[in-house]
Amino acid sequence: MNIADGTQVASHIQHDKPRGLARWLFATNHKDIGTLYLWFSFAMFISGGVMALGIRAELFSPGLQFWQPELFNQLTTLHGLVMVFGAIMPAFTGLANWMLPLMIGAPDMAFARMNNWSFWLLPPAALLLMISFWVPGGAAAAGWTLYAPLSTQGGMGTDLTIFAIHILGVSSIMGAINIVVTVLNLRAPGMTLMKMPMFAWASLITAYLIIAVMPVLAGVVTMVLTDRHFGTHFFNAAGGGDPVMYQHIFWFFGHPEVYIMALPAFGIVSQVIPTFARKPLFGYTSMVYATSSIAILSFMVWAHHMFTTGMPATAQLFFMYATMLIAVPTGVKVFNWVATMWEGAMTFETPMLFAIGFVMLFTIGGLSGVILSVAAVDIQLQDTYYVVAHFHYVLVAGALFSLFSAVYYWFPKMTGKMYSEKLGQLHFWWSLVWFNITFFPMHFLGLAGMPRRIPDYALQFTDFNAIASVGAFMFGFGQLIFFYNMVRSIRHGQPAPQKPWEGANTLEWAIATPAPYHSFVVAPQLEVGDNGVILEMKGGEHH
Amino acid sequence: MLPLRLALIVSALSPGVVLAAELNLQPPVTSVARSIYDLHTLLLYITVAIVVIVFSVMFYAIIRHRKSAGRSAKQFHENTTVEIIWTAIPLLILVGMAWPATQAILAQKSTRGEDMTVKVTGYQWKWQYDYLDDGVAFMSHLTTPRDGTLKTAGGPYLLEVDEPLVVPTGKKVRLLLTANDVIHSWWVPALGVKQDAIPGYVRDTWFKVDKPGVYRGQCAELCGKDHGFMPIVVDARSPEDYQQWLAAKKVAAAAKAEDPNKVWTLPELMARGEKVYLQNCVACHMANGAGVPGTFPALAGSKIATTDKPGHIDMVLNGSKKNAAMAAWGKQLSDTEIAAVISYERNAWGNNTGDAVQPKDIKAARGGKV
Repeated sequence: MNIADGTQVASHIQHDKPRGLARWLFATNHKDIGTLYLWFSFAMFISGGVMALGIRAELFSPGLQFWQPELFNQLTTLHGLVMVFGAIMPAFTGLANWMLPLMIGAPDMAFARMNNWSFWLLPPAALLLMISFWVPGGAAAAGWTLYAPLSTQGGMGTDLTIFAIHILGVSSIMGAINIVVTVLNLRAPGMTLMKMPMFAWASLITAYLIIAVMPVLAGVVTMVLTDRHFGTHFFNAAGGGDPVMYQHIFWFFGHPEVYIMALPAFGIVSQVIPTFARKPLFGYTSMVYATSSIAILSFMVWAHHMFTTGMPATAQLFFMYATMLIAVPTGVKVFNWVATMWEGAMTFETPMLFAIGFVMLFTIGGLSGVILSVAAVDIQLQDTYYVVAHFHYVLVAGALFSLFSAVYYWFPKMTGKMYSEKLGQLHFWWSLVWFNITFFPMHFLGLAGMPRRIPDYALQFTDFNAIASVGAFMFGFGQLIFFYNMVRSIRHGQPAPQKPWEGANTLEWAIATPAPYHSFVVAPQLEVGDNGVILEMKGGEHH
Repeated sequence: MLPLRLALIVSALSPGVVLAAELNLQPPVTSVARSIYDLHTLLLYITVAIVVIVFSVMFYAIIRHRKSAGRSAKQFHENTTVEIIWTAIPLLILVGMAWPATQAILAQKSTRGEDMTVKVTGYQWKWQYDYLDDGVAFMSHLTTPRDGTLKTAGGPYLLEVDEPLVVPTGKKVRLLLTANDVIHSWWVPALGVKQDAIPGYVRDTWFKVDKPGVYRGQCAELCGKDHGFMPIVVDARSPEDYQQWLAAKKVAAAAKAEDPNKVWTLPELMARGEKVYLQNCVACHMANGAGVPGTFPALAGSKIATTDKPGHIDMVLNGSKKNAAMAAWGKQLSDTEIAAVISYERNAWGNNTGDAVQPKDIKAARGGKV
């Protein structure tokens, strides 16, 4: 594609910056769409967070205080679905939308109108999920995994959830196709694949995972739908079906999904740490290969979520060995990040704090994952609070912390303003402390024998539950610091320089701040080092 | 809750004493649970060591290699030797973990050579235990009152049942698990057993309890509204005590069995007969007694079910000579059940004969044949 073509430039110049509601409704500019994605995912993060606080309120002490078990199950189910599909995935897509074109020298995402469509599918899907609480029978209550045959029971809330998943899936697939085509086709001359930023690599590989597995999820929930309403027996043994087949299909989606939420985080951290260590990323090439091998291995480990279904010993052994193997490339990444810090000249602005917090807590979550990979031990810990602790270390301290890091890191480039560093640091330390107070005790609860997804519990679990609930409320309210900081800084923040971070050297920092509405309408000629470091830039035109 | 708060305060003063049981896996009482416990301890040491090493290096860098300490960054960015080493070492550690893990898995999965077998069926929201070798079967329900007061029926809150699974110590107990409705999971931490109970399929697992005691667990797979309220209690007794319990259980079961000489009223027979009908007859004769025209004869308004009482009894007891599809139910059902179902058929769907067939009639009709 010849983006330097003269006629195209002319047509771009005539694009004025649209105003009012139309700017957002008919948005085709990657920056506007990225902004929409980020605000949407923040709204979902708050909604899912309120559900989480509902769960923790009930679990503060034994007995049923606030909700009946039915509603409790609906809260756990929707909390998971909203956070995974509404908050984390769209947030990463939003960041990719905003930053990828700037980091690789593209004028926009490859399919600007499809980009609009893939965002605007999200609000109706979210609406379906939210209104399902008020339909007869309430929302889906079979857990975010929607295991059959439990999910074939229940009211129309489950059907709304299935349709919501269909829509969210279509949205993610379109977003992913856009990322793949943008990264593969629209890189500026000189920005070769083995030089481009890790964030671009991570987004590219994640996009492939999304395209591979979202249809699988859509398929399996459709099978639940036809079992519910059209007389099929996919998951009903009495009709020749198999309930365990649901789990196989679901987790064939579900495990790559874990990496869909983790790989972009790896990408972000691989940009932030070098910037604040003022050093190149250690082992760029091995990072690319490690990310790819994690993605490939993620397709071969799904049944480690199913060790208690009673599969044969040989299957348990295969999935255990394959799962343990993932620790090797993941370990390489952690070592590379530490080596990047080593002998650096580090400063600790908010993005760096969140990135270091990510490395620490993701390592803990990864190691509890290694413990869980051992099938014999997993038998004891499966479906307990130990697992809840494990995946919140990976998804909250992992995915969410990396998102905070990214938002603080690129906030000046996006808005042209500086965020309040003081509030940012407060947000980090607050989140770090209360996160651990919330989720670390859950390891003990799981070890001691507390199952997950129960609204009431035996008395020996009281103390740690009380501690976790207090932590959750404090963590939750702490996010208002972030919200306040963002809103206040967008309105009244200090003007940001073109390159607010001394060590930042990727392409997005080589253009004006805030990023021009139409950036790189003429592609620059680049000389690029590992991890997208710009050694020389010629040309490039913005409007 | 005050005692618990006190316990927490005490435990904070003397860590490892009071809270010990809450911080780690429950004390194991089977070889499998012990292997899990030891394996977890080993893994914990290894992972803690990794955390300590990695974090030490990282914190050293954070403290020493900072700009405010006057550092300037070295610009190295790769080192093949180092990268090979830190790929190989984790691999070796994993191999070291995999070896004992494999042993433990093979032991867990080895269900052969059992001394007794119990079939476990998960229901929404209770468990059924069938002692297949001894013909004893019962349901096990939560007994904690559900009035929101934290009151119990004598056992621990939410972990008490009316009928625990009683097993002998020192014997290999094989469980066959299935479910009636959705997937449940039978989990007793101290036994190291967690196995999903899957509707329509049978899975097996096993345990051999070392010492007598009461071990408690819960359903571990989300199974709907009352998932949190279907606990599991295993009462392990010495083989002698177990035999005594079993004998008493059999006597109690026999005492509950129906007296064949009892004279039933018609409403009693109708109620009982409907159950028998729905379990055994409904597939062919249909719930409305209309049968399937051309294949299975109707009972509603039929000659045999309205007038020919001895013929009706004979047909149910001995089956049809003309149509092999009509089985000889005398071999499968008790006198009471046959009397009840015949009474039901002669009075349901407008048959209104008023006939109350008694168990002794059936006994007489059998004529010493069975």
